[in-house]
Amino acid sequence: MTFEEIKNKIISSFGAEIILAEQAEQLQASISISAEHLQKLCTFLRDEPELYFDYLNCLSGVDYGIDKTELAVVYHLSSIPYKHQLVIKVMIPFDRTSAILPSIPSVSSIWRSADWHEREAFDMYGIQFDGHPDMRRILCPDDWEGYPLRKDYEPAELYNGLKIKFDRDTTHD
Amino acid sequence: MTNYKTDLTQLKNEEMILNMGPQHPSMHGVLRLELLTDGEIVKECTPHIGYLHRCFEKHAENLTYQQIIPFVDRMDYLTSMNNDHIFVMGVEKMMGIDQAIPKRTEYIRVLVSELNRIASHLIAIGTYGMDIGAVTPFFWCFRDREHILNLLEWASGARLLYNYIWVGGNFYDLPIGFEDRCSEFVEYFKPKMRDLDDLLTNNQIFINRTKNVGVLPLDVAVNYGCSGPMLRASGLKWDLRRVDEYSIYPELEFNVPMGEGLMGTVGDCWDRYYVRVQEVYESLHIIEQCLERLKGPLKRSADYDPRSNMPKKIIPKAQEFYIRGESPKGELGYFFVTDGKTERPIRCKARSGSFSNLSVLPEITKGAMIADIVAILGSIDIVLGEVDR
Repeated sequence: MTFEEIKNKIISSFGAEIILAEQAEQLQASISISAEHLQKLCTFLRDEPELYFDYLNCLSGVDYGIDKTELAVVYHLSSIPYKHQLVIKVMIPFDRTSAILPSIPSVSSIWRSADWHEREAFDMYGIQFDGHPDMRRILCPDDWEGYPLRKDYEPAELYNGLKIKFDRDTTHD
Repeated sequence: MTNYKTDLTQLKNEEMILNMGPQHPSMHGVLRLELLTDGEIVKECTPHIGYLHRCFEKHAENLTYQQIIPFVDRMDYLTSMNNDHIFVMGVEKMMGIDQAIPKRTEYIRVLVSELNRIASHLIAIGTYGMDIGAVTPFFWCFRDREHILNLLEWASGARLLYNYIWVGGNFYDLPIGFEDRCSEFVEYFKPKMRDLDDLLTNNQIFINRTKNVGVLPLDVAVNYGCSGPMLRASGLKWDLRRVDEYSIYPELEFNVPMGEGLMGTVGDCWDRYYVRVQEVYESLHIIEQCLERLKGPLKRSADYDPRSNMPKKIIPKAQEFYIRGESPKGELGYFFVTDGKTERPIRCKARSGSFSNLSVLPEITKGAMIADIVAILGSIDIVLGEVDR
């Protein structure tokens, strides 16, 4: 199925308003949806016999820049029997100054492969995945401070008494 | 530590928490498993990863694409060529120069990638035998792998971390005489591989240790995002070299082996082992075809420049792009976000095969014996450098 056909299939089931934006002119077309529709759309995509997206390739958190007030989670889906692919993007509004973590529903009950990927996104971006069975850091130590891949991340001076903050090396620019 | 999922005071009398790793030879690096055991039976297994986390993604955001390649090498340090190839393919697609790459360059890339795939599978097979208690295959594998590493060192200058495949070309053309030496190696290696096959594959002790152990059903494998030999051993012909038909793979002839449950159940440890053995033969077949073309229609000429199509500045248009390819461990994918202004990606996420393959471990170790944990983990063939990145 092509991207257009998949999109029409989604629209015929959920209505056109579910797709907030689409990036069809790019090399890989993607659709943006809001977080509230995520779980029912993903369940539909997996269970609908003509779409059958049974494989979640990759789930990534993205921070588009220090001046942006939202984070994104990008889902790369593919279907093993039909060999078609789909990219779903969900923007999550968030306030960089606030200590409250942005949150989004978890899809780990739909694709178990999301389990560790969501933990990684939580670890690196501080995105809370509601409904995840075991939401804790995965790559960084449990007592690490901050979310390293956010664009405004500043490491702490010390970690367990070790100096970890060094002056930024600008020789690459 | 608050890491423990189970509250120790809630343990029943017969239960015990057992810690495996991170410093244990059978953990293939620095993986720590927390086992909840009842005698010899494992009730629950919780992997703890991150001991080899080197912030690849953070580094990548501060480097140009060409500078990222050496970092990519160090993700799965046993299969650097494959890592490079897929990464470079993604950048070339974003730049729109993927069709302009000369055929000889592409054939060289596939040749070295397949050599590297054999080297990686030899480690998988050798160390797997060692995990189970067979020491001889380990030495044989390392002896033959050394020949491959010598060849790749001759081509690239480095033994393991090659930085050989570059955006738009290769570091150098193959050294003079490489093709002949490579053919010699293939001729030398084929009988050696059959010896290895005879020694391990039909060994009754090895079969008894691996058949019906750690059975991974296909639906679970797909749901957990398993890929590569792990997914194929569960009985699915799913090889991205065939599915996506990237690079020059459509021009090459090879089979996609899959698990058939010859010794026990489909998707057990023996199947995963045997898929790798068969893949070595398929890779040898690919190498022969590459060599034939590199010596024949695509042979070296004075006007061939492996760097002729390298862009001066690599600044892809603003876009988001996910590239995937078949590395020996499974599906290796890179997710790029670019802004079209700088030479550096805004985001470069690596999705590694080992990461998703390892995440299925708690599922397939439920109810296994402690000794089988080693057998199951070895059959997944993880490289912690790729899990933790």
